[in-house]
Amino acid sequence: MTHLLRSIVEPGFLGNQPVRVALLVGGLVAVVSGIVGTFTVLRGQAFAGHALADVGATGGSGAFLVGINPLFGFVGIGIAAAGVMELIGIRRPRGRDLATGIVLGAGLGLAALFLYLDATFSNTTGATITVLFGSMFVISSSLVPMIAALSLLALAVVLVLYRQLLLSSVSSDLAFARGVPVRLTGVLYLLALAVAVSLSALTIGAILSTALLVGPAATALRLTARPGMAMILSALIGLAATWLGVLLSFDSFYWPPRQHGWPVSFFVVSLIFVFYLMAQPLGRRSGSRTETSGNRAGRTACSRAS
Amino acid sequence: MTQPKLAEVAGVTEVAEVAGMSEVTGTDANMLAGTDAEMLAVDGVTVRLAGRDVLQDVRFAIRRGEFVGLIGSNGAGKTTLLRVILGLQVPTAGTVRIAGRLRARRTGLVGYVPQKILLDPDMPLRARDLVGLGLDGHRLGIGLPSRSRRNLVEEMLRAVGAERFADERVGNLSGGEQQRVLIAHALISSPALLLLDEPLANLDIRSEQEIVALLSRFSREQQIAVLISAHEMNPLLPVMDRVVYMAAGKAASGTTAEVVRPDVLSTLYGQHVDVIHVHDRILVVAGRGGEPGTAHEEPDVAHEEPDVAHEEPDVAHEETGTAPVGSA
Repeated sequence: MTHLLRSIVEPGFLGNQPVRVALLVGGLVAVVSGIVGTFTVLRGQAFAGHALADVGATGGSGAFLVGINPLFGFVGIGIAAAGVMELIGIRRPRGRDLATGIVLGAGLGLAALFLYLDATFSNTTGATITVLFGSMFVISSSLVPMIAALSLLALAVVLVLYRQLLLSSVSSDLAFARGVPVRLTGVLYLLALAVAVSLSALTIGAILSTALLVGPAATALRLTARPGMAMILSALIGLAATWLGVLLSFDSFYWPPRQHGWPVSFFVVSLIFVFYLMAQPLGRRSGSRTETSGNRAGRTACSRAS
Repeated sequence: MTQPKLAEVAGVTEVAEVAGMSEVTGTDANMLAGTDAEMLAVDGVTVRLAGRDVLQDVRFAIRRGEFVGLIGSNGAGKTTLLRVILGLQVPTAGTVRIAGRLRARRTGLVGYVPQKILLDPDMPLRARDLVGLGLDGHRLGIGLPSRSRRNLVEEMLRAVGAERFADERVGNLSGGEQQRVLIAHALISSPALLLLDEPLANLDIRSEQEIVALLSRFSREQQIAVLISAHEMNPLLPVMDRVVYMAAGKAASGTTAEVVRPDVLSTLYGQHVDVIHVHDRILVVAGRGGEPGTAHEEPDVAHEEPDVAHEEPDVAHEETGTAPVGSA
């Protein structure tokens, strides 16, 4: 048993400083993404989330170019892009995809330029990989307080606005009638989304951060009918995928090709996908359970009537 | 299947009586309250969109406990009017006062029931969650569980006959079930004015009758002013105190006898229409004097007629307060 455990959790796993930072930062980011992502899915803003993440690549590559940490690039550009999307009409359901698409296109165009310049004129080798696919094992521990502060900010926005967000995801008219400041709530949520996406761009990469945002939430929705429980499950699923991903990536150092670990982002995203697939039959079973309970109610009703 | 549903409807009266609410008929209450108890006053409201008058000088008032039908075909301006009253649409001219105040929306005085909400069946939101959000959906924070809140939600679910599907996801409910939940959501904050946008559209006849009976009962027992829009007035005839009839952005209001008359409606429509009374129901049809092309103005009214005729006895039963026992 100990032998098996040791072969999974390699000796030195928890004693390794980059691993400890990866577990801490990755776990924090996974929880934030899971909770913020629940509302991304409920509000039908998955495309906006994806666009904010991709545009993050612009900020990340720009940051490399001027020599600052990519985190500041991710966050700065994410908030700016969220603002532009709000200004050009993310509130209208039909204008939403267009606004998102236009911002996404413009952002990726700049990213192409910055990454080209990074590769051509500066000596930041690996900028492209770091920006697009993350850098969980090379996060400087000096960044941890900043990451924690941003995480708490995004979490606070979603938890404070929880009921307002929930009601406006049902219907913005209904929320307005109940006295929810629908537009303000939407803007604040978009900012929390931008921050969450920027954080996960840092850990698993700008391209892949949508997976951490949407995947655990979509899985959680299959498993529970309670909104609060969906948020908790989503956070736990994201956390499990990230920690297992870090573990597997660490192990993979001894896998072929030897002495080259596999990218952690690959494991995290794959695990999220596997969890989602595993939840499908469970979801269907809970669906049919409500059906049978309906039948049961019908049958008792009939027997009572006769 | 129908038996328990009817029992639930009958049970509503019991719940209300247990809660100590006295049965006051609409007319008595109006006399008690007097004319100064105007819950809603719409005064000269005009909405001009893209050069077209969607609403034109609409004016009417609703008193406490009054049940008013907002009748008109599609495109007559009913939804726009409701949006103006809610504050979702700013009128080009005119004012809306709720309980004597301009812009009283955020005080929780107004309950709103939208037509149908399109929700993904995957949305993790149970009927009881949505009803609870009617109580505190505008508040900040996650909301700690409390026994009194839970009891209130439970009581409301029972009152609208929704306890059977209280734990189902809202996206999985049928149209009639969803309407009950939305009504509970709107009523749980004890509003003084309840606005409903076509709640009877897309409902089968039984659900339609049950929803009308439910609303009428709440209006009477809790003295809620109700404004309910519908393209078909006949299901509402037995319970309506007054009618606001709309055509092409203009409105006429008063009792059914005052408004649904050939002269009034012809002026409203801008063409000759006939009003035909058949078996306690009213048909509004384009008159013979009209041009041939305008005859399609209200074809659906005549269409729906036979169905409504079938169910008429039940509505009469509900009105007298006795629970209908089965049906043909």
